[in-house]
Amino acid sequence: MLKHTPLNGKHHEANAKLVDFSGWEMPIHYGSQIEEHHIVRTDAGMFDVSHMLPVDIKGDGARAFLRALIANNIDKLQTTGRALYTCMLHEGGGVVDDLIVYFMSESWFRLVVNAGCADKDLAWMEAQREKLAPRLNITPRRDLAMIAIQGPDAAGKLWAAMPGTRELAETMKPFHAVVVGEMFIARTGYTGEDGFEVMVPNKAAPFFWQALLEAGVKPCGLGARDTLRLEAGMNLYGQDMDEGVTPFDSGLAWTVDMGGERDFIGKDALLRLPRNRQLVGLKLLDRGVLRAHQSVFTAQGEGEITSGSFSPTLNGSIALARVPVGVNLGDTVEVDVRGKRMKAAVVKYPFVRNGKALV
Amino acid sequence: MSIPADLKYTQSHEWVRLEADGNVSVGITHHAQELLGDMVFLENPTVGRQLAAGEECAVVESVKAASDVYSPIAGEVVAGNDDLEGAPEAINQDPYAAWMFRLKPANAADLDALMDAAAYAAHVEAEAH
Repeated sequence: MLKHTPLNGKHHEANAKLVDFSGWEMPIHYGSQIEEHHIVRTDAGMFDVSHMLPVDIKGDGARAFLRALIANNIDKLQTTGRALYTCMLHEGGGVVDDLIVYFMSESWFRLVVNAGCADKDLAWMEAQREKLAPRLNITPRRDLAMIAIQGPDAAGKLWAAMPGTRELAETMKPFHAVVVGEMFIARTGYTGEDGFEVMVPNKAAPFFWQALLEAGVKPCGLGARDTLRLEAGMNLYGQDMDEGVTPFDSGLAWTVDMGGERDFIGKDALLRLPRNRQLVGLKLLDRGVLRAHQSVFTAQGEGEITSGSFSPTLNGSIALARVPVGVNLGDTVEVDVRGKRMKAAVVKYPFVRNGKALV
Repeated sequence: MSIPADLKYTQSHEWVRLEADGNVSVGITHHAQELLGDMVFLENPTVGRQLAAGEECAVVESVKAASDVYSPIAGEVVAGNDDLEGAPEAINQDPYAAWMFRLKPANAADLDALMDAAAYAAHVEAEAH
């Protein structure tokens, strides 16, 4: 039996094509995935991301707990509302999940974790809590729905849909969050565009969705979300990284703070393990479509595509691939595309940012 | 569901139209394009290639996935739709106008073995359960 978000009825009303996504019945598209992609690049679209799980960490010592729990340094968060992207590692340095953590006060941090990892994340955090901070409270917030409003017109349309949010949220910088009544409004996203991720109580979610619809925000499915995040060069858990690889193998070195005396779970392993793999961007030079798990052949040895798709913005195919260290930007590599060797260029990613092609 | 009565169909969701010159046009059905979503790429068999019935001979790729296309009957490839290769989204917009390739049948009677619209409708229905 698939789980339903509070917006499931709205998706049925809109004739969405629904699929099983990590045990949730979620919209893959509402007609055309490519149109939805372009709407987010040029206007404003919204995604039901209520399958993701907000988790509140409350109590004295919350910061000290997070200092040990996550690979990025929680002490980068010093102003109220500031957000941080990070991996949570196990002792072997593998990625348990990637998440965003918001600093709301010294006794309240909010994490948002992936739907498919939510149960194991909670068990993992609970086990660490017992060891490190038995008096902290870790509370999964299944009572909250989350809607991502993304695109260059997201801000204007959010104000139009929710009068009263404007004064507080208008001056909000990217990667910050603010609480407005029952809403938690964060200027974050997974598309490479300006936008917001807004959490509201489950009961309010269909009304909020409807208000956004009436303000001209177009519903978009998880299909467009995937091509948008790939163009934006953002990793997807379970594809680009998992428990078998480290952040260094996954293009996420920038999210790990190895400096100073701070110890965190997985740090020893990261110091010990060889760094012989890297994540690179690929742009296909021949006609075809790159897909996850295709083999990549380089002068330094074999690698594998972790995410690949057609890029609607670039009108060609792009991918993220894990390849040996030594492969450089500008190199030409070969990819086994359905039995044929095709040429691809190693390129810098993100591929697209704020509506503009970068490769 | 859109299943024209004047076409023949395969279990693997190709449609087949008998043209006036005795050749047949082949495409993928409305149901197939709906399952695959937005089309972004296709690759046709080369002209002159001899195909057996059921032989894997072309590829359509949507944003979501790649899918093989099979030859509905035995025959020789006499044309590929080059316009469609440049605009694969036409498969989504009008799947029964978007022919992919044409075959000269090895045996015209082979068409009779394919499904008619009613049988194909039942096949799609059965696959959904």
